[in-house]
Amino acid sequence: MGEFEVHRVRFFGLVPAGVRCLVCQPRGGRLALARTDGAVEVYNFAANYFQEKVIPGHEARSVEALCWAAGDRLFGAGLGGDITEYDLARLCAAHSVDGCGGPIWSMAANSSGTQLAIGCEDGSVKLFQVVPGGIQFERNLDRRKGRILCLSWHPSDTHIAAGSIDILRVFDVRSGQTVQRVMVNYHVQKVKRECIVWSIAFLSSGTVVTSDSFGRVQFWDWERGTLLESHTISTSAVLSLAVSEKEDSIIVGTSTGATYQFQLLPVKTGSLEKRWVRTKPFQHHTHDVRAVAHSSTALISGGLDAQLVIRPLMEKMQKKGYEAALRKFTFPHRRLVSCARKARLLLFQFSQHLELWRLGSTDETGDDGEVLPLRRMPEHLVQLKSKGPEHIYCSCVSPCGSWVSYSTASRFHLYRVQYEGDGVSVKKVPKVPKLLLPAYQLQFSSDSSSLFVASARGSVHVLQLLEPGGCKHLHTLQPPSGSPEAVYLLASSADGHWLAAVGGDWAIHIYNLKCFKHHCMVPMYSCAVTAVAIHPVTNNLVITYSDQQLFEFSIPEKQYTAWSRMVQNRGLHKVWLERDSPITHITFNPKNPSHILLHDIYMFCVLDKSLPLPDNSTLLMNQGTLKQLPETARQRQLHAFKICKKFQPLLFADLLDEKCLVMVERPIMDIKTQLPLPIQQKKFGT
Amino acid sequence: MVAPATLRVVRCGGSTLHGARAVFSADSKYLLCASGDFVKMYSVATEETLRLMGGHADLVTGIQLNPHNHMQLYSSSLDGSIKLWDFMDGIPIKTFTVGSKLLALYTLASSEDSVFVVIPKSGERDKFQLVSVKLTKAAGQDVEAKELSVVLDGVDASPKCIAFGREGEYVASVKEVNLQVYFFKQKQLNRFSVSAMKTKSGNNCFTCIACHPTEDCIATGHANGKIRLWRNFYHKKEYTFSTLHWHHDTVMDLAFSIEGTSLLSGGVESVLVLWHNESDCQKDFLPRLGSAIEYISMSSDGALCCTLHTDNRITIINSNLRFSKSIQGLIKSPGVKTGLVVDPRTKALVLNGEPGHLQFYCLQSDQQLFSLDIVQRQYIHQAGLNQADLVKVAFSAQGKWLATVEEREEVADPELQLKLWFYDEETQSFKLNTRINMPHEDHITDMCFRDMDELEDDSLILVTAGRDCVFKVWVMVEDTDPEAQQSVSWSCDFVGSYHNYQATNCCFSEDGSLLAVSFEETITVWDSVTWDLKCTFCYPPGKVRNICFGRLTCSKYLIGATDYGFLCCWNLLSCALEWSAHLNVLVLQPDPLSEHIAAVSWLSKESSLFVFKPNEPRPVYIQRNLCKEKIRLAAFVPRDEPEMISSEKYLWLRRSQLFFLTDMQELMTLSTKSLEERLTPSSKQLAVEESLPVTPFSVLLGKHRRQQSQEDTDLGKRVLHNKREQDSPAVRELLHTPAHVLPSASFLCPIFINSLLISKENKSAEEVADEVEMESEKTQEDSDEERDVTEMEQEDTSPMELLGEMTCKLSKSQEKELRKIRKMDYSWISAF
Repeated sequence: MGEFEVHRVRFFGLVPAGVRCLVCQPRGGRLALARTDGAVEVYNFAANYFQEKVIPGHEARSVEALCWAAGDRLFGAGLGGDITEYDLARLCAAHSVDGCGGPIWSMAANSSGTQLAIGCEDGSVKLFQVVPGGIQFERNLDRRKGRILCLSWHPSDTHIAAGSIDILRVFDVRSGQTVQRVMVNYHVQKVKRECIVWSIAFLSSGTVVTSDSFGRVQFWDWERGTLLESHTISTSAVLSLAVSEKEDSIIVGTSTGATYQFQLLPVKTGSLEKRWVRTKPFQHHTHDVRAVAHSSTALISGGLDAQLVIRPLMEKMQKKGYEAALRKFTFPHRRLVSCARKARLLLFQFSQHLELWRLGSTDETGDDGEVLPLRRMPEHLVQLKSKGPEHIYCSCVSPCGSWVSYSTASRFHLYRVQYEGDGVSVKKVPKVPKLLLPAYQLQFSSDSSSLFVASARGSVHVLQLLEPGGCKHLHTLQPPSGSPEAVYLLASSADGHWLAAVGGDWAIHIYNLKCFKHHCMVPMYSCAVTAVAIHPVTNNLVITYSDQQLFEFSIPEKQYTAWSRMVQNRGLHKVWLERDSPITHITFNPKNPSHILLHDIYMFCVLDKSLPLPDNSTLLMNQGTLKQLPETARQRQLHAFKICKKFQPLLFADLLDEKCLVMVERPIMDIKTQLPLPIQQKKFGT
Repeated sequence: MVAPATLRVVRCGGSTLHGARAVFSADSKYLLCASGDFVKMYSVATEETLRLMGGHADLVTGIQLNPHNHMQLYSSSLDGSIKLWDFMDGIPIKTFTVGSKLLALYTLASSEDSVFVVIPKSGERDKFQLVSVKLTKAAGQDVEAKELSVVLDGVDASPKCIAFGREGEYVASVKEVNLQVYFFKQKQLNRFSVSAMKTKSGNNCFTCIACHPTEDCIATGHANGKIRLWRNFYHKKEYTFSTLHWHHDTVMDLAFSIEGTSLLSGGVESVLVLWHNESDCQKDFLPRLGSAIEYISMSSDGALCCTLHTDNRITIINSNLRFSKSIQGLIKSPGVKTGLVVDPRTKALVLNGEPGHLQFYCLQSDQQLFSLDIVQRQYIHQAGLNQADLVKVAFSAQGKWLATVEEREEVADPELQLKLWFYDEETQSFKLNTRINMPHEDHITDMCFRDMDELEDDSLILVTAGRDCVFKVWVMVEDTDPEAQQSVSWSCDFVGSYHNYQATNCCFSEDGSLLAVSFEETITVWDSVTWDLKCTFCYPPGKVRNICFGRLTCSKYLIGATDYGFLCCWNLLSCALEWSAHLNVLVLQPDPLSEHIAAVSWLSKESSLFVFKPNEPRPVYIQRNLCKEKIRLAAFVPRDEPEMISSEKYLWLRRSQLFFLTDMQELMTLSTKSLEERLTPSSKQLAVEESLPVTPFSVLLGKHRRQQSQEDTDLGKRVLHNKREQDSPAVRELLHTPAHVLPSASFLCPIFINSLLISKENKSAEEVADEVEMESEKTQEDSDEERDVTEMEQEDTSPMELLGEMTCKLSKSQEKELRKIRKMDYSWISAF
């Protein structure tokens, strides 16, 4: 018989939204990503590409273009016709301005970040001034028929190149006049299809690079309007294009899911003549690659298959290692599942609804690895639909299963769920207190008596839950020094004494819940916190960071524990540090206080503090080899990390009781079947 | 001509025909190929072999034009020498002896007096290095070239794995998963490697390499069918490559076009792929080239490209990717199951060619005469697919009938077909007459016609022996069906068996009266008229491997070879064993024109040849260590004319020539001629004019002119001048009048023909003789007897009184002598 009985849950039907656009912060370490459902995410390169901020989508606010301007201000524009500025501290849309030109297809900021140009459905290109607190309309450039699908500023800010259907135009910014007009399908007479210029880039040398629906990447001399080079790379459209800051490398994405790199290479050694050469092809996506970005060290692509792929450029890497690993992100770096341990319920969060499921159960026992027959099938109890166009920020179910809560950008909902035999009734709790919304994280206390609501400016609201279905605002906890950033992670202790809150500035504050006072702050660490949890017995706070470091902080003693110091001195195993996805959830085994259970997308790990740490010479993932060893040899080989990779991709893992685990998987194949069919491609033949 | 003391084994076709890429001459008129121990020169326009340059003692591994003199050619060989040739005249200019085996040869325009060769690294097995050899300017024909300097270490032995870059700036070499590039000026060596993982993308190993002629770009072919284009390789870190992928299997060779704008690649798919602008999306194909492409080379003007195939075919392709010409020697087939058979009509060697085809290979011109599709089914290139193949072939004595057996190997029961082909004089090809499905229940082991020259058609008999323990006799029957298009067809006449043993061999005696069939350990002799079993022979233990009857004076003997290594000779009159010898005979081949029988044995890793007469147990000739490979097949091919052989020892080679086919499908023969002499009897004294294409009209005119000039010289001024003045205007008029004002052809024709005719009183014997001479020369297949007849006729027709007769009228033997002298090779004179 195995150590745990595992509920292998595969009924979480999450389909992540496709990636619509990607943009790197100029001279910065961040990447902004917009999804087809309007959600905007920010990834931090310095924190190992951790998904730092998520702004959930909005039905009416599609995002067609994103750009960074004036340093770290992020603007988005979409088919709604509005230009929206995002508040990255409060994780919501700050304000929006109507573009007055119909749906906006493209937007670009100039190199200094002081002006925005938008390309509209009506064929106009409009300039906006970026001013403190918003943007201001400046003027229209020369308007012609045909939607402007893509825009690019010349690095000197004097000209703008705009791609439309069958045509590309170059505007003089000062005069606003069209100074060049190039028919891109001039060379293709026999084809009567229209040629859509999907993406454009203006290089400082005066070369305009276009990618079009004929599968071509073309290089134009804008002054003469002549074609310099043309590379046909695909039989289907080339949808996206991005140029490196040095302008020696270009990445393009096609609708077949392939991405290609172009490099500006000297034709001969030592000669000045250089030519763009298509070099590396990559096939990481199955569907349209709608967005690509070129950071200084990596090629980044995002597709409609919801994958974000970061492919580091080996030649820019100093050494092989974590930095040089290929990363593929499909799922968010935070949990969308919450678990009512006592009631054995799972709450799944979708973009606009919640699902409450009861786990199945069995009477039988079996051997290690055996699949047990179910006595009762898992049951879909309730589906809660969020009203309005806004998407859900966060959700939670109480440990007893009788409270469910969620929040959108402007509304906070608390439900009382009652179980009468097989039936379930859901009642909305009336008159919830008016809070500063949105809530970024919700957490019930372990006795289900109170709810913690993470809010903006580092504050955490404590609500008392009242029987039979009411609530009361008890207190608002705030860091003593104040913070502009919102709280995005919460952890409460089992005894109801402590609460840990992690803000967007990565500071961890600990509050005493008995007297509602700030207790202490965990020493700052220069990386993003990915998960926190408080040990039910020792009240030690376990923290994981996006660089895969692991800390244990004793709350009563206000210092790192001896074990944590030992871990830091010895260092973690190389293989552990080279993993590319962050730990998203930590839990404990109350029966075995030395065990810490943690998981990321690809593995589940039981960390046994009583065993020695592995050094780099030993095998980290040794469970398979251990099984084959005799008992005495096995004892010698044991180390602290017991890793299981059976369940992939793992969205959530929790311990229901001493011997029972729940694992929520979402097989990639199940997502693929939900996506539209990819472009048919012949494997063989011509 | 002094006959040398020893008999030499000479490779004359087949197998490792192409050891290196072919080379076009600078004007793209000639194609030079390494072919076995020789370098062959073909005319691109006419496909014929113009020159055979021999002199190397082992396989030629590389040929390159001399970059400083495009009329000269370097060749390297496994015998450790580099030869410099004047290929227009076929003269070896110099021989540089390097000493160790040379596996590949490269020349560079920028290196004044050195060439590059690949040699084995001394002291280490299977390690090779690229060295540059300084070719000294010392006088004399044979020069030592010992000044070597190592350029690259650890290179592959294949000539396709090294390439020199633009203007000789760098050299690139691939081996397994490693690419190394050496820059001559900077003296910098960069190494790159691809992942060795044999995962889903297949075997990543390098197979070939080519360098861009004008840019810094290297193309490499891989075992998984990918082509990589490397750039920026002077940076160790920032190198980059792009991938082209069409081939599903190993890329066998790559070549850049002269300008470097396109890339050609080929592989087992037998499709030549043309990649434009290094783009994956723009490519053109030339499919159905017959067999896997082994080497690709470009002519220096870029107008032609040539592919060498694994079955020894050479294809010349236009720059617009149109098939232009095909030069076919002995086609290498997946397995020669038919044996070597000589076509009595053309004296061509007949054996398996392309899968399912029968090739007719002309030994004299080293050309494939034609390929007969026997199986008539689409061949699919796929591993592990059982396909019907040709296994047995037999010709009737005059070559009028051809019998073929094809089978498809199945686990349970083989699919067999016996086909009989009739030679159609009109179409000059074989026509299917009868098809018999499942002639035997099991594999057919042997097949023969009753070999009788004089007999009528209806006595023609075919015997097949099968593993189903019977032999069957097939005869022609009149077709009764009035609907049938043909008058005769074949059907089974008699089925014989012996104690339920498998029939393994069958053979008719020379006069056709007796049939010998071997059943495992026993040889049975049957009367071919009554089909009675006459007698049996056996020589236990051991099954009978080969049997044959003696010829001519030895026709009373029956020879058999057994598995246990015995060669036995039985006397048919006394029905007793005459003699036996302990010899592991693999091949037993009687000469059809003499009593001699050749036996090839295989003993301790070498083949030996024994030639004997059945009436005496002592062999006439023994050649030990014929070759290192196993010889499976041999055939005596009758000579056109008996060769003058001075040595008593080699008299058996007088009437026929013996050819062998080894396991590697190398065709070899025995020759008494010395190394420098040419193998083929044809002695085309190559001149540039001669190889120009000849139109029928120019032939006609040329003949006419030649006649006139001969008239001038031989008959002097005696020929009526006005005659010539009369007929030449007719021709001139015909040629110089614009086509649109010419009268109709029917009107012109009589005038033209009349102008060519010579009036009866002027007809001289000489002219006739000349004409006959030319004809007889053209038809070299004509037998001696026939020629004698024509000469007799000529004498008969010659008028009595003619001038100049004495000068040219020679006796037959004198004429023969003269002919021989004419055919002798005087090219050695020019070497001095």
